[in-house]
Amino acid sequence: MNPTSKKQGINVRPGDVINGKWHHNRYVILKQLGQGAIGSVYLCESNGKKAALKISDKGSSVTMEVNVLKTFKKVQGNRLGPSLLDVDDWIDPRGRTYSFYVMEYLKGEELSTFVRRHGQEWLGILMLQLLEDLSNLHKQGWVFGDLKTDNLIVTHAPRRLKWIDVGGTTQIGRSIKEYTEFFDRGYWQMGSRKAEPSYDLFSLAMVMLHFYHPKRFERGSSPEKTLMRKLRNTAPLKPYESCIYKALTGKYMSSDQMRQDLSMILMQRKDTNTSQNTARRPNVQTSRTVRGNTPKPNTNSKKQPRQEHPTLESLAIIVVVFLFYFLYLILG
Amino acid sequence: MKKGTLKQILLITDGCSNKGEDPSAVAALASQQGITVNVIGILEDDQSEDPTGLQEVEDIAMSGGGVSQIVFKQALSQTVQTVTKQAMTQTLQGVVNQELKQILGPKESLEELPPEQRGEVMEVVEDLGETCDLEVLVLVDTSASMHNKLPTVQESLIDLSVSMNARIGRNRFAIYSFPGKKKDIDKVFDWSPRLESISSVFPKLTSGGITPTGPALKEAMYQFGKKSLKRSFLRRDESNIEEAGY
Repeated sequence: MNPTSKKQGINVRPGDVINGKWHHNRYVILKQLGQGAIGSVYLCESNGKKAALKISDKGSSVTMEVNVLKTFKKVQGNRLGPSLLDVDDWIDPRGRTYSFYVMEYLKGEELSTFVRRHGQEWLGILMLQLLEDLSNLHKQGWVFGDLKTDNLIVTHAPRRLKWIDVGGTTQIGRSIKEYTEFFDRGYWQMGSRKAEPSYDLFSLAMVMLHFYHPKRFERGSSPEKTLMRKLRNTAPLKPYESCIYKALTGKYMSSDQMRQDLSMILMQRKDTNTSQNTARRPNVQTSRTVRGNTPKPNTNSKKQPRQEHPTLESLAIIVVVFLFYFLYLILG
Repeated sequence: MKKGTLKQILLITDGCSNKGEDPSAVAALASQQGITVNVIGILEDDQSEDPTGLQEVEDIAMSGGGVSQIVFKQALSQTVQTVTKQAMTQTLQGVVNQELKQILGPKESLEELPPEQRGEVMEVVEDLGETCDLEVLVLVDTSASMHNKLPTVQESLIDLSVSMNARIGRNRFAIYSFPGKKKDIDKVFDWSPRLESISSVFPKLTSGGITPTGPALKEAMYQFGKKSLKRSFLRRDESNIEEAGY
């Protein structure tokens, strides 16, 4: 038997019923939603309502996650993530005890699917939302930790980014509890694994890179260079380059700083957007000057006579006025 | 409660022991001495199933009071940390459980508490895990079959140090390899708070099929009582008083 699979060997199938040992709530399993390092998540139904149930044989890890979800509740309702509904133990037919907790089932699309379907301009906007949430979390003394594309979903009404797995959430000043290599600044040798706001901002920048490199990439022998090269060579990220660069190199001390920069870029982007699409040149400024000077004489020639009109018009008005005045004098 | 130092041996191997005493027995002995034994078994990239030899991995960890995991080379970095941290939590939970039994009676343990109270106890465990001192002796199998895995092992150990040094508590790491040239184990890297500086590559691999895991574990156990360790900790203590000045 495979020891690795034995450890996560929770054999729960659709139709199974999970009864809580302490609170006696009854959950009917509908389907599996995912599987992680700590246990599996299932869609379940209780009293006609759907919910997500996470179950694991690692009781202590479940308890730690529950602690985090409880703090979220304290922070600000359930804006930050799924809200916690129940915590309990389950004794399976064979007599083994598992710990589980039940949380609100957030229905939505994965971040990458959503952005691909609805347009790339959403990426920056969703990141802006994320920065707002992170800012709130950081102010409460917590860092998200395991921030990655898989942990983010977009709910439909309203269209909002929400995070689903809070297992990595760590108090500021401690060591990051859980992380994923590609999104971890320690792995890229760009900083420590101490929980501080800049740790999350690095991961957020990696989420943006990851969107255009869904297969991820290796760090190579000099990780920082690899990262910078990828950033420079990802054309659609050009407008965000300075912002992402600062996040990757730990220049932002707070998510508010990054939020300010990002929202400035997004506001600017609107007018350059069209020129970017046609030119597909990384450097927005040159493409703009090129367009202004030479290539379209048609529009220029149309515009210029119109610009001369005002003087002609005023002259004509003066002539007419004089004519009327003259007539008035004659008639009068 | 006085915060002690957690002691761990992390054994990284890819095969079965075939010389000397039973490694599980040695691990049990280590556990009695307050040293947790964790084991990571590395699979070949093309191995689709676990070879029977790696069953030993689980046995050693079980009797050593530690955690075991069998992984492919690529997943090593993350596993090294998960195993180390899990074992810490496990040990600390054991300590807290004993305290609980003293307060609440012999039948009470963490699992017997209702979920609400369990959360509070886990917070204590987490606090301890963050602030306690940790000593990890990494024991690496350098027999011939490990050859192409050693660069990854080295990388993952550096990564472990990055992770552990983000904690508030202090760390000490040492690396030993086995089988040694003349002795059961050879020192690769002496006790030090950081592993980022491992420049020395693992020693030349020993050819031949000897894997004396048991004797190596036993020798590793003794390294925890060494003078150099105490001395370096004293030195660290002094410097820490200076740091605490602000």
